[in-house]
Amino acid sequence: MASIAELESLASQVRRDIVRMVHANNSGHPGGSLGCVEFFIALYKEILNHNTDFDMDGIDEDLFFLSNGHISPVWYSVLARTGYFEVSELATFRKLDSRLQGHPATEEGLPGIRIASGSLGQGLSVGAGAALAKKLNGEDKLVYTLHGDGELQEGQIWEAAIYAAGNKVDNLIATVDYNGRQIDGDLEDVLSLGDLEGKWKSFGWDVIVEEKGNDMQAVINVLNDAKSRTGKGKPVVILLKTEMGAGVDFMMGTHKWHGSAPNDEQLADALSQNAETLGDY
Amino acid sequence: MKEYPVLGNKDTRSGFGDALYELGQQNEDVVALCADLTGSLKMNAFKDAFPDRFFQVGIAEANMMGMAAGLTIGGKIPFTGTFANFSTSRVYDQVRQSIAYSEKNVKICASHAGLTLGEDGATHQVLEDVGMMKMLPHMVVINPCDYNQTKAATLAIADYEGPVYLRFGRPKVPIFIPEDMPFEIGKGIKLVEGKDVTIVATGHLVWKALEAAKELEVKGISAEVINIHTIKPLDEEIILESVMKTKCIVTAEEHQIAGGLGESVSSLLCRTIPTPQEFVAVNDMFGESGTPDQLMEKYGLGIKDVVVATEAVLKRK
Repeated sequence: MASIAELESLASQVRRDIVRMVHANNSGHPGGSLGCVEFFIALYKEILNHNTDFDMDGIDEDLFFLSNGHISPVWYSVLARTGYFEVSELATFRKLDSRLQGHPATEEGLPGIRIASGSLGQGLSVGAGAALAKKLNGEDKLVYTLHGDGELQEGQIWEAAIYAAGNKVDNLIATVDYNGRQIDGDLEDVLSLGDLEGKWKSFGWDVIVEEKGNDMQAVINVLNDAKSRTGKGKPVVILLKTEMGAGVDFMMGTHKWHGSAPNDEQLADALSQNAETLGDY
Repeated sequence: MKEYPVLGNKDTRSGFGDALYELGQQNEDVVALCADLTGSLKMNAFKDAFPDRFFQVGIAEANMMGMAAGLTIGGKIPFTGTFANFSTSRVYDQVRQSIAYSEKNVKICASHAGLTLGEDGATHQVLEDVGMMKMLPHMVVINPCDYNQTKAATLAIADYEGPVYLRFGRPKVPIFIPEDMPFEIGKGIKLVEGKDVTIVATGHLVWKALEAAKELEVKGISAEVINIHTIKPLDEEIILESVMKTKCIVTAEEHQIAGGLGESVSSLLCRTIPTPQEFVAVNDMFGESGTPDQLMEKYGLGIKDVVVATEAVLKRK
């Protein structure tokens, strides 16, 4: 177990990686990536039973699927900094011949990635299938997924939600990055999800709402809480309230940094707000 | 010419269902998913014998494709079952991203393909599925011609690692492929030797091509009939070897011209041995309600259409 200070130090470095990767290409998705830093670090450092010596089938390991694949920068950074591949490879993000594709993919064989994602709405189905495979294999390990809140506008999410609840896929923990923003604006303005907690409940899921999605201890606690609720006949969903752009002041409070890259000046500003704790790639 | 006696009359989907049950007995990693069409897909035997490995997903094909992709992670070999239309056009993006691009070992098994679905009409008569699926990198596309070949193909794809689209149909059709004929993915079968024209057929059109060859023989035309069951990867060698001899070719399939086997063949020939070709296929139209036989006749997929196309291509030699 790492201390909260150690995890926060890692978070600072991951935030630097994210803005540097996106800046280097003048493309990518910093907003959602920054908002999910605590989730990824808590998951990979404190929650998952996983093996960084990557095996596609992941037998006897917990599995994670990123359904909102556009926040690949945070995933790549955390995978590299937890030992899946060399940190220096982060420099290849979105470049020709890279394993770090704009959206996560398996074709290039990047360790840690088990399915392509980017076209939204598909990851909960994949997670449900992988969770069923674990049950068939007699494994007691869990499957985790992450989704954007805007992504829940896709119908396939609710097909999977009906299936998983109706068939007691209770080794599955979905997390919704509930930041209330999407490309075109605030989620409430683009297409409201209404009573999201009530929707998941009525679909038969065990729902946990966490207000402090950028508080490391709170995220670890809610993931542990979710873990303790598995195996009880219901899939579990965490509605994790995060701040898009968290950790970079000018990227917060707006949807505008969903998919825009900082310029040189903005990069310097963002880096000045996040100390280089573990060495830049 | 070589004769193929009719061994019976059965739907190709039953070949799938019977083989799936056999696979269930042989390999406990084989699992099956169905979107509320268990009876239509002939998956009941598997479902009853292996209930823990059968997943009824309801009318939710997108979720079925994603779940199938997920089940491969952990070593399962998922066979999905629904109509061809709902296995392809309805879920194209799911198949593209979660299965083909992700190189998942999913077997997409699709029944009621083409016009021979019959009375339900054009909403269900997909004639574009081969085109959609063959365009996807990593995807193997197979369209067997009778009960025995569908059974053999189903068994073969379980041993192949990677995504496969297996297309079969609803109506009872003659069984003429001997039960012991080997099935090899990507290897065409020369059913009849001939010297004047090559007829390449897939799916339900293979039997019609054989019947057409008999009529052509009476007219003094020697047709070579090749069964291409695997549209992708295409057996280029068997086609090239044949056209070098015959110098003309007819392709026959229950599909649109656009995207079909015929287009794969012309794409091959224009790069290698430019050859006069005629297409027996649906020409840029949707189907309609009717009996399978009525529809095959109206849309130009009958025995006589193969004969007419052959006579036309011979004049272009």
